[in-house]
Formats: sequence, structure tokens, C-alpha cells
Amino acid sequence: MPIIEVKDLSKIFGRHAKKATKYLDEGLSKEEILAKTGNTVGVNRASFDVEEGEIFVIMGLSGSGKSTLVRLINRLIEPTEGSVYIDGEDLAKIDKQKLREVRRQKLSMVFQRFALFPHRTIMENAEFGLEVQGVDKEERQKKAKESLEMVGLGDYIQQFPGQLSGGMQQRVGLARALANDPEVLLMDEAFSALDPLIRKEMQDELLELQESMKKTILFITHDLDEALRIGDRIALMKDGRIVQIGTPEEILVNPANEYVEKFVEDVDRSKVLTAEHIMKRPETVDVEKHGPRTALERMRKEGLSSIYVTDAKRNLHGYVTADDVAEAAKNEEKSLKTILRSEVPQVQKGTSMQEIFTIIHDAPVPVAVVEEGKLLGIIVRGSVLAALAGNEVNVNENNS
Amino acid sequence: MKIIPKLPVAEWVSAATEWTTDTFEFLFDFIKEDFGRFIEFFAEGLLMEIPIWLFIVVIGLIAFFISGKRIGLTAFSVIGLWFIQNQELWPELMNTFTLVVFASLISVIIGVPFGIWMAKSKVVQSILTPILDFMQTMPAFVYLIPAVAFFSIGMVPGVFASVIFATPPTVRFTNLGIRQVSHELIEASDAFGTTGMQKLFKVQLPMAKKTIMAGINQTVMLALSMVVIASMIGAKGLGQTVITGLQRAEVGTGFVAGLGIVILAIIIDRFTQNLNTQRGDQA
Repeated sequence: MPIIEVKDLSKIFGRHAKKATKYLDEGLSKEEILAKTGNTVGVNRASFDVEEGEIFVIMGLSGSGKSTLVRLINRLIEPTEGSVYIDGEDLAKIDKQKLREVRRQKLSMVFQRFALFPHRTIMENAEFGLEVQGVDKEERQKKAKESLEMVGLGDYIQQFPGQLSGGMQQRVGLARALANDPEVLLMDEAFSALDPLIRKEMQDELLELQESMKKTILFITHDLDEALRIGDRIALMKDGRIVQIGTPEEILVNPANEYVEKFVEDVDRSKVLTAEHIMKRPETVDVEKHGPRTALERMRKEGLSSIYVTDAKRNLHGYVTADDVAEAAKNEEKSLKTILRSEVPQVQKGTSMQEIFTIIHDAPVPVAVVEEGKLLGIIVRGSVLAALAGNEVNVNENNS
Repeated sequence: MKIIPKLPVAEWVSAATEWTTDTFEFLFDFIKEDFGRFIEFFAEGLLMEIPIWLFIVVIGLIAFFISGKRIGLTAFSVIGLWFIQNQELWPELMNTFTLVVFASLISVIIGVPFGIWMAKSKVVQSILTPILDFMQTMPAFVYLIPAVAFFSIGMVPGVFASVIFATPPTVRFTNLGIRQVSHELIEASDAFGTTGMQKLFKVQLPMAKKTIMAGINQTVMLALSMVVIASMIGAKGLGQTVITGLQRAEVGTGFVAGLGIVILAIIIDRFTQNLNTQRGDQA
């Protein structure tokens, strides 16, 4: 069962918001509703599930409603319509007392501008959630210290937030959220206020922490690179609507519509795409069945200067070059085994394009994508460039 | 030609005051008697029993420490107080000080909760704002009239009139201070599941402390400015000496007493300002 289930969640700002929801059902756009009723649509019937332990990224430009959406989930903003189920309980319907319990036990939030309490020390900030719950001093200090140490701030507990740098302040924000030991972390543009180098460092650290803590994280961002970097799945928002939900690869490779396509246009694809996405079906010869003549024939037909050699089970044996094959054919040799070259440039399915660059640069032949000794596909320079340019790679297309 | 005859507003107010005086006589009498005795005890039985030299030394020491061990405020306090003593105005100073302390204390006790209430509710804010404007712009003398009706003459009506005049800044600044707490911090507090009270005491009030203290400082200054006016209805203190100077056309007497008020004002102002520091502010 998903830990968070959002169903047809809508938020309309302004008077008579309930009335305007019927226009949502009629499928009117944000602008049309604004013109008709004077109400602003924050979130338009969003639905998604978040599984336990995943990092679910909600990504969109400013004004797309992503910050509103995350606030609807812990009800900092009251939803106009729809449901938010946390562990199967509809948050939109529970009373204040119960809502407080859920906020204390299950949800913690990290804010864009840190939102640390300036009059409290780092320690007191980290303690806040537990203090509010009425946990006794000794225990809450112990837990707060643990979570501060987890983010690498164990030595700063007596400082005030104003004395720390932005990156350190956000670590405190993270420690404050973690001290509660919540089931779900809501991170609202948590790294957006940090400069790029620190941001990347924080992303790495979050991923590293996630390895050990396995929280469910709902991460809001306007930065697609960030979304692709840390998200297990990404929901793209536009004008309050969720346009597409998918893994980073799905979004890059199969944009749901023009908007998503435009969005992903500028992405540094080399960071996201892996060998699997750009490999092609290889032309091969069978080391048991085929001799130099067949190989030569195939290479001539396809215009290749080399060809991979496998067996019937597609186990990779190596490759042969056109020159060697021609020589062997002339000498009337029957087998390819004597001229087989086994030093194959190879990568895994999940190897990133950045790594492929360096390998392909030095490779005399197309790079082989191998899994457990079996040849899955090959990568040629052309397909790498095509993928970077954003063109789809047809897996069945032959290499040229 | 008058279409609408003169409205008997003055009569209405007089009648209302009279009714209040009669109805709450038991309460007013109680305040007048017991509270009056308490104030008197505080001024004469307590403050004036302290040896003057000790008083001056203690104030000097406090000044030294709260001003961050600088000599300016210390020197001013010691010399100023010595001067008042030298002018044989010490009992008057103590009475004035008592009036200011009680008026300010009551103003703050009333003002802060009202300010909080105002910050929590838009309706309350829209009702209280014009009332506060009214309280501050109505000439302070006017408050003396019901004060006398309720409490006759002496220190108690003086404190009463001062409280009405001096409360608004505390209410306003408390309201302002709480409303100024950034939205994100309120969200953070809510997101961690604080109750309304926890939010108020752990986030809003500590964050608003500086602004509230500025308001209290204003309140104290306004209370002090009522000293002369309150002495017209028999509140003892430096104000009375000023009035005496006025009635007898003795410029010198009035000036010296006025100077005493100024010295007291500066000392109180600097003291309250120096106490106004916030944690986590140093960076």
C-alpha cells in the first residue's frame, strides 16, 4: 500500500472557491477560471501515490502549484476538494487534534528558506518537534544531537542560526525534521536557496542519508536537473495540473506532451541517460555457424568495418575486423576463432553516458553493452550524439 | 435654523459615568482604599526607607552592567540622581517613580494580552484600532474627570488616567510584533504540530519580543509624561512641584522639578532600551 495517496486534490484560492470547482470538472483552464470567477487555481485535481521509501519529486516552474500541493499534504493549506491519505487515513477530513498528531508523528517539513527559529540555538531548533510533543528534555536532546551528528553538525549545537552559512542552516533544517523520526519528509525547494556547489553537495548527502534511513521523501523543486538526480519518480506540474508522472528516464525518453518535451529539451542528458537508452541492436555472426565469408558478406552489406561475434545464446566471444576477415577468407579459413579479438570495449546496462564518452573515445569498435556475458546491444558514436541532441534512439535500427 | 437640535452627548457621557460610579462603587472603593494604601506603602514604606546613597549606588551598578560596562549611562544616572537629592526633591522623585512603575505595570498587564488577541483576530484588530486611536488622541486632561469621579483624588486616579493614556503603544506594538513574525516560521511551527499556545509562547512572543519591548518603552515614557497632568488631581511627586511653581509663578522651582522629570525619563528610557536584547541577535 502506498504511504501517501493523493486523490483528485484541488485548491482554489479566493472567495466562493467551492463554486469554482465545477469549472475544474468541466476542464476549464486556469486562465479561464480566473476570468470567469476571479479565483486562482492553485492545484487542479492532482492524483498520485508515493510508495514507502521512495523519493518522489514534484517538479514545476514557479506558479505551477507545487508549493501549494506540498502544503495541502500536511494541510498547512486547506484543500478545497479531494483527499490525502497518509497510511490510509484521509488527512483532509480529520479534526485539528488528530491533524496535530499526524504532523507530529508522521510528517516533517524542510523549508526553502530554512525557517529556523533565530532565537533558539541549533540544538534547540533540532529539539523543536520533540519539545512540542512533550518529550522530556534528556531524551529530546539525545535525539536532536543524533540527528545533528547525522548531518555533520555535531559541533555546532550551541550556535545560533544566524552564525551559520546557508548550507549549514539547511542541514539544521534537515536535522530538525529528522529528529522527529517521521515517516515522510516533505522538502519544499529545500536546496533552491543554496548556491550550486553546495546544492550538489546537499543532494549527494541526502541520497547518502537516504541509503541508510529509507524515509519516504516528497521533494519539491523547480530544477529539472535536481529532480532527475535525486528522484526515483518525478511528477511534472504545470498550471496546477500534474502533466506526467514517471521515472527520470521515462520522462526524458517519452515526454507525455509538448510541454514536458520542451521542458526536458535543455537537460544535460548525459547525466540521466544510460547505456540502455542509447544502445542499438547489434549485427553479429555466430562463432559456431559462420565462417569468414559470411562475416565478410554481412559487413559488406551493412557497411561495417568490424562485427561482434557471439554464440547461439548471445554470449559475447569478441569481434573481428574487416581486414582480418578478408585475409582469412583469402586463405580459405573455415573458422573465425583464429582471428577473434577478445579485448572488447564494454559497459553495463546502467553505465551513464558520461562514462561512455571516455570509453567510446578510445574504442576502435562500437562499445558492447554486456550483461552476464551476454551481448545486449552496441553503442556507436552517432547514437551518443543523437541522444545528447534529444533525438529518440530507435533500438531496432541497425548500426551504420 | 437647526434641523437637528443639539445632541445631548455631554449629558449622555455624564450619565454613563455617574451610573458606572454608582454601580461599581464597591469595586472603586476597594481599589481606592486597598490599592491606594499599597501604592503609598510602596513609595513611602519601601522606596523612601532605602538610604539614598545605597539607592544611587545600586542604580549606578545596574547601569554599569546593562550598558555593557560603559561609563556614560552610569555616570549620568549617579550624577542625575545625586542632583535631584541635592535639590531636596528625593521624596517627590520616589512618588513619581512609583506612579510610573504602577501605571506601566498595569498598562503592560492589560496591553500585551490585548495585543495578542488583536494579532490573532482580524475582527478584534478592526475594532481595537479606532479605540486605541481615540485613547491616544483624546487630550489626556479629559481622563482626569472620570478618574476623579471613580477614585476621587490622589495617586490611584493618577495611575488610572496614566494607564488609559499609556496602554495603546504596548497593544499596538505587541500586535505588530506578532504579525511581523515571518510566515515561513509560522508554517514551520504549524508543520511540527504546535498547539496555538505552543506557537504563541515558543515562536511568536519570543520573536516579537524586541518590538513588544519597544512598545513597553513607549508606554513607560507616556506614563511619565502623565506625571505632571496627574498631579493636578493630587498625585504626589515631581509634577506637583511643577504645578506649585506654575501657580506661584516661580520659574526656578518649576524648572528644577522639570529637570528632575527629564533625568528620570532618560534613566528609565536607557534602562528599558538596554534590557531589550534578543537571543540569537549577535550575528
